[in-house]
Amino acid sequence: MRRSAEGDQGLIAALADGDEQAFASLVDRHSSAMVRVAMAYVPSRAAAEEVVQETWIAVMRGIDRFEGRASLRTWVFRILVNVAMRAGARERRSIPFSALAQAEATSEPSVDPDRFLPEDHALFPGHWAIMPTRWPTPEEGLLAGETRDVVTAAIAELPAAQRTVIALRDVEGWSSEEVAKALEISAGNQRILLHRARSRVRNAIEAYYGAVEEIDYDAVTAEFVGDTPKEETDSE
Amino acid sequence: MSDEPAHTHAEDMACIQVVEVVTDYLEGALPAHEARRLERHLATCPGCTEYLEQLRTIAGSLRGLTEESFPAELRDDLLADFRSLRDL
Repeated sequence: MRRSAEGDQGLIAALADGDEQAFASLVDRHSSAMVRVAMAYVPSRAAAEEVVQETWIAVMRGIDRFEGRASLRTWVFRILVNVAMRAGARERRSIPFSALAQAEATSEPSVDPDRFLPEDHALFPGHWAIMPTRWPTPEEGLLAGETRDVVTAAIAELPAAQRTVIALRDVEGWSSEEVAKALEISAGNQRILLHRARSRVRNAIEAYYGAVEEIDYDAVTAEFVGDTPKEETDSE
Repeated sequence: MSDEPAHTHAEDMACIQVVEVVTDYLEGALPAHEARRLERHLATCPGCTEYLEQLRTIAGSLRGLTEESFPAELRDDLLADFRSLRDL
């Protein structure tokens, strides 16, 4: 959820006043997302938790200097990214997120190219040969039953920058602008990473359901060029 | 151009291109003429329509997927730090 500037103002004043309840609610609201982001920079969950702890200490000490130009959340995550990068450097994993983002925003195909007709096909170049079909998703959605495990595993296996972006956008519900700002990447890069991540999750769900169908192009072609099929198919 | 034969599909987007731009489309970041090409394609392509729907479903249904919690001991430590900083 996006906090309004006024909501932030109240919270900032409470923090500066030493309101422990306000601080606790801020920690509870953001810490799990912060661990997720930190894990893009450091090699272990424990190291990521340390980064989050160090970030909160920096927030406590710095709240008086917060100028309110960005949202409080964006400010907290900026600090997190800086702390995480320093920690990553200590752990000899000093690749800045922007470099990681660049490396993962490659032009890998979203869907296996073998699923499409060749580019030089006479009638339907680059069209589906094996197309996706409706998922038998449970009524409660993708997060019900075994599908949830499939989705969780697919996200866990994503490269770090893609995992971070899909976690902030789709799991935490941040806006694209906020994600780009907090991770210090361009809007375009944010979109590419999001697309790669969602595509891989889609592929995993599709594989789990086996929800594909081969298109009978002989029939389609006959219909398209207005020919009657050479043989009657129902004459057995 | 109007002298182009109606049955050529030079302006059409192929499915293999559609799957690369659906996120830009859902994000409202696709240029208007590209969005129109995509929509024209969707009108006649059940495979791509389904594909778009699937990405939309993913985008809309992961909220709260992981309820990983920050360890309680670390949270307690932070609150203690907060108190001691306040009471300095």
